[in-house]
Amino acid sequence: MDFINHQLFIKDINVHIDPILPKKTAIITHGHADHARFGHDHVIATRQTIDIMKIRYGDKCAKKFTSLRYGQKYSIKNFDFTLYPAGHILGSAQVLIEKNNHRLVITGDYKVGKDETCKNFKLVKCDTLITEATFGLPIFQHPDPKDEIQKLIRSVKINKNNCHIVGAYALGKAQRVMNLLRQQKYNETIYIHGSLEKLCQYYSKEKINIGKFEKVSSKDKSFYEGKIIIAPPSALKDRWSRRFPNPIICMASGWMTVKQRAKQQGIELPLIISDHSDWNELLDTIKKSKAKNILITHGQEDALVYYCKKQNLVSKPLSIQGRSDEEIE
Amino acid sequence: MKKFSSLLHNLILTPSRNTKIKLLQDYFKILDINRAYALEILSDQLSFQFIKASKLRELVYEQVDQHLFDYSYDYVGDLAETISLIWPTNKKGKSQNLSTLIENIKKIKKSEINTEFSKVLSELSNNERWTLIKICTGGLRIGVSERLVKTALADLYNKSVNEIEEIWHGLEFPYENLFQWLKNETSKPKIDFKKLFHPMMLANPIDEEKDFKRLDANEFQAEYKWDGIRVQLMVSSNSVSLYSRTGDNISSAFPEIIETTKGDAVIDGELLVGGNFKPSGFNDLQQRLNRKKASKDLQKKFPVFIRAYDILFYKEKDLRKLSLVERRKYLEKFQKENTTNQIDLSTIINFSTWEELTKYKNNSYDDLNEGVMIKLKNSEYLPGRKKGYWYKWKKNPKLVDAILMYAQRGHGKRSSYYSDYTFGVWKENELVPIGKAYSGYTDKELLVLDKFIRNNTTNKFGPVREVKKEIILEVAFDDVFPSTRHKSGVAMRFPRIHRIRWDKPINEVLSIKEFKKEFKID
Repeated sequence: MDFINHQLFIKDINVHIDPILPKKTAIITHGHADHARFGHDHVIATRQTIDIMKIRYGDKCAKKFTSLRYGQKYSIKNFDFTLYPAGHILGSAQVLIEKNNHRLVITGDYKVGKDETCKNFKLVKCDTLITEATFGLPIFQHPDPKDEIQKLIRSVKINKNNCHIVGAYALGKAQRVMNLLRQQKYNETIYIHGSLEKLCQYYSKEKINIGKFEKVSSKDKSFYEGKIIIAPPSALKDRWSRRFPNPIICMASGWMTVKQRAKQQGIELPLIISDHSDWNELLDTIKKSKAKNILITHGQEDALVYYCKKQNLVSKPLSIQGRSDEEIE
Repeated sequence: MKKFSSLLHNLILTPSRNTKIKLLQDYFKILDINRAYALEILSDQLSFQFIKASKLRELVYEQVDQHLFDYSYDYVGDLAETISLIWPTNKKGKSQNLSTLIENIKKIKKSEINTEFSKVLSELSNNERWTLIKICTGGLRIGVSERLVKTALADLYNKSVNEIEEIWHGLEFPYENLFQWLKNETSKPKIDFKKLFHPMMLANPIDEEKDFKRLDANEFQAEYKWDGIRVQLMVSSNSVSLYSRTGDNISSAFPEIIETTKGDAVIDGELLVGGNFKPSGFNDLQQRLNRKKASKDLQKKFPVFIRAYDILFYKEKDLRKLSLVERRKYLEKFQKENTTNQIDLSTIINFSTWEELTKYKNNSYDDLNEGVMIKLKNSEYLPGRKKGYWYKWKKNPKLVDAILMYAQRGHGKRSSYYSDYTFGVWKENELVPIGKAYSGYTDKELLVLDKFIRNNTTNKFGPVREVKKEIILEVAFDDVFPSTRHKSGVAMRFPRIHRIRWDKPINEVLSIKEFKKEFKID
């Protein structure tokens, strides 16, 4: 595993994984903006991730694209790359890198729990595991998302004169919230912020059940009474949200576990719905991967490093530049 | 319990005052004993004798790895919330209602707390656990003031808030007399006011630009603002007791006051340390604070006295509706009749213009007062911080530039932000910390500092981050004393961040020697 550095760069063959700056060859784990950037020469990713990049940045966001199916091997010199489902969002992947019988897995962002909007996480055994740690503290134990979405449905039923604006990241979380609503038999039209439209259309095209949706338009204020509107978190504080009747501000995020965070952000109805693994899932994945060497990135590394060391695993934090430790998509 | 904990959950997350009132009213419509417990909790009256914050920490360490807990607590910034989230939930027991739960906890023997209370915690849901721990640690901090609770009750039963306010401190669990009166089943509860602690009248800071233009100097009088602790002294023929501002009985810590005071009255004043009515500073007062008892030695070394500001009752007479000027006459009368070495009167400063008062405020840099109090001459004695009656006008603070050295995440509403700062000055080529501050900055400055700290951490010591020595903070503070507890040899009183000095290079910051010289510390 000396072949990869703390920036997830493989010098021997000039390949980066999720680089922040434009590079020659970039393997992209998923379409979120802190992983998928504009301007690489050659992007290697799943078909859906490439589609999503094109939707967000245009067809020419990279010079060349190579799409891989899950499980399909791709070799560059003596390095073999294989993508496996990460269960994070549509198209998300873990990267298995094999060289001279050493197996290294970069999980990217991942979640173990079930999700109808993407292929479910597949555990890949390896020698070295580079895991994310967005929710790497034992206080994060995500509840059943069905119970959380029921809170929203109940609140909509009780507060008939209010509209509910749900903050959810435009890619992945928004569609997951819509899908969860459908699973719980909420069949009304869901209204969306304009910035979500193309991605929602793409999810529909990919046969993901997000039901009927419609872009918010300048209708009579009272029209939105009793409706659910989904918007990116940045729009919640914006003037945009003031056009709605008595809005109840909701947010779908793993951070909503902590009431103080919800309060700080002015969220009245927190919904703990996460696309990342919680503490127990992180530990479980580390254990089942059988890896002896654990590198930890993205988030609350300290507690996880401490835990791994206690289990006699070699572990250290990997600080990747340009990533803040909170508020990741 | 489920219902009450979702009430608290909703209250903390609702920004709207009206919604909060509605939520409270919906709960108070319950007609059983749970309502009384809720009122007791919301007014911060309920506590469990054996279960405090330190006990809860002990219990949580039995359940989870100490380091993992500490990492989590540092992240969350709220003890109740951290424990409630990290505590392993057992298969849920039967959901109990609030009153049963509280009564059962009260029955737990001290020797069985660890096992029995842990069991209780395990059987609750996250949110219920959070509620219970909040109750244990006291001070809910859910954005609901006592006043708001009273308003909710008053509106629900068409009474005026002030009527409830008047009898509030005489009410006791289970508040039968209150609820019966609210429902018009009985007349207003009769309370022996003189025996009760009376919430104190507090001052608002003056807004120099607005208020002085608006207010007529002739309608006000001033007194010095003393830096001691505000107390209420209740004197009657058979007992004397002393209460702190929050209504805690602190009599046993100040026996010399209790033993010598005579008369029949309720006095409002400032407790100060010093002989012959000469206050000697907050540093000395601290030697007498937070102690249950005071030895003869301590009483001799750090004698205390009360500087009286006001009088609420004189014999059987309730003076609270009289004007300040008239109350002062009664105060002087009380003092004349019951002169002791432990009580003197606060001096009235006469002035006819605000400019004239400025002199008094800034006068005598070495003097131990903090500035002046400006009081409306015809003000009644009103509990709480009502606007328009009493103002405080503090001296300009002392200022020093110091270098940001370490930072830690804050608590409560600032949790997750690096908002607690340790700063220092030079000692030869090294920096030595001179203080720690966690207020004073604007929200914008907080964001800038938070970002700087995250991007410029050079070292981590548990939750504490050491940062690149680049940022100069202008620190305001009320006073500074010599201290043997700190490496720098100084301790500041109420330091806060005044502004960030982007303009100044770090080598222009004072040395500790120069600092001590400037603020006259040997």
